[in-house]
Amino acid sequence: MSAFLTLYRRELELAWGRGGGALLALGFYAGVATLVPLAIGPDPERLTAVAPGVAWIALALSALLSLERLYERDYEDGTLDLLALGPVPLTVVALAKGLAQWTAGGLPLALAAPVAALVLGAPSELAPLTFVTALIGGLGFAFTGGMGAALALGARRGGVLIAVVVLPLFCPPVIFGAGALEAMASGLNWTPGFAFLAAYSLGALALCPFATAAAIRNALS
Amino acid sequence: MFGLANPQRFMSATRRLPAVLGVAAGLLLAAGVWLGFTAPEDYQQGDTVRIMFVHVPASWLSLAVYAAMGGASFFALVFRHPLADAAARAAAPIGAAFTALALITGSLWGRPMWGTWWEWDARLTSVLVLFLFYLGYMALRASIDDEQKAGRAAAVLALAGLINLPIVKFSVDWWNTLHQPASVFRADGPAMTADILTPLLVMGVAYTVFFAALWVTAIRAEVNQRRANALALRAAGGA
Repeated sequence: MSAFLTLYRRELELAWGRGGGALLALGFYAGVATLVPLAIGPDPERLTAVAPGVAWIALALSALLSLERLYERDYEDGTLDLLALGPVPLTVVALAKGLAQWTAGGLPLALAAPVAALVLGAPSELAPLTFVTALIGGLGFAFTGGMGAALALGARRGGVLIAVVVLPLFCPPVIFGAGALEAMASGLNWTPGFAFLAAYSLGALALCPFATAAAIRNALS
Repeated sequence: MFGLANPQRFMSATRRLPAVLGVAAGLLLAAGVWLGFTAPEDYQQGDTVRIMFVHVPASWLSLAVYAAMGGASFFALVFRHPLADAAARAAAPIGAAFTALALITGSLWGRPMWGTWWEWDARLTSVLVLFLFYLGYMALRASIDDEQKAGRAAAVLALAGLINLPIVKFSVDWWNTLHQPASVFRADGPAMTADILTPLLVMGVAYTVFFAALWVTAIRAEVNQRRANALALRAAGGA
């Protein structure tokens, strides 16, 4: 347990400490969210209609950012070999990295999501649900993204490859998370979409570490 | 299945299979096309209903080939079956082609029927995601230099993507979709009369036999490719 906590703390420091911490992800998020009104025009009605969706697209894209460094760096300098030999099983390593990814990246982005949605014209009642869905969705993104990053270990053009592999896996949380927000904005029941989003993220939390460990073992063999 | 694990035995057992399957597929396709053109017109859609005989079997195959790819990946990963890896790799481009065919013919059908080339409803979107899964599989496979590692990583990805299959199949039931609900593979049995159902089923079998012909050919090609690589390596080492 203490090994897991040490590993988690290490991952958190790596994700948070270098390169300005969450500022990079937040900056990218703000940039993407800014591009949208520049692209589709400042008409408030049009922006209000797409505000929750845009907040979610920006979340998915920002989640892709730090995936390349997640395993590749440790793979290159030999840390992943040490972790594979160590007392902590690779599944737990994957769990620690995913949780650190979520805490360092997903949490700040979840705080920024309601701000972006409001700025793009979403009604203010949407803000709490935006925060919660972004938080839970971020968990799903972190774990499925981690699995994709591990699968692409040692591949050429890792960054783009990870995106190609992982974006289809990101589709369900985006559909359900943005769907729940759209439902609330239209006055319909938002709980089904929310439930599916939570199911996806918890499923990812439970299953992806095993696939990630298998992928790491494959890359190290 | 495991009897054919020996590549030598597989090659000798399947030597005439591609030709036989190819001829059978050709005959079945010809029969299906003839039946499709002589089937009665739909009272609402007229002659455009005949696109169904191309579109629907292609969609069936796009799902079935992914399932085959998933099964082959499972055997490759868990049982280390030597030909399963080759089978999964061979199936991917064929499945992607069937999916693209389904999307394109569906779009061509949608234009006269629904008035639009594309609609983001649950069925179309989930099939597009299936297509992206195929592309991701092929991209991952191609990007890792070590063949064995690439095979295993891609196998894990293929298994992860299996979850999309029930979503595609049941998308018309779970969501309000423009795409029509299931008409053939339903709990109550097919909702079509025999004069429309028969050409459809014949085309479905024809597509399946066609896929089998392509798949066996591709696996044989893969085995030959590996033998050629081994020979080249030995020649380079000896010289």
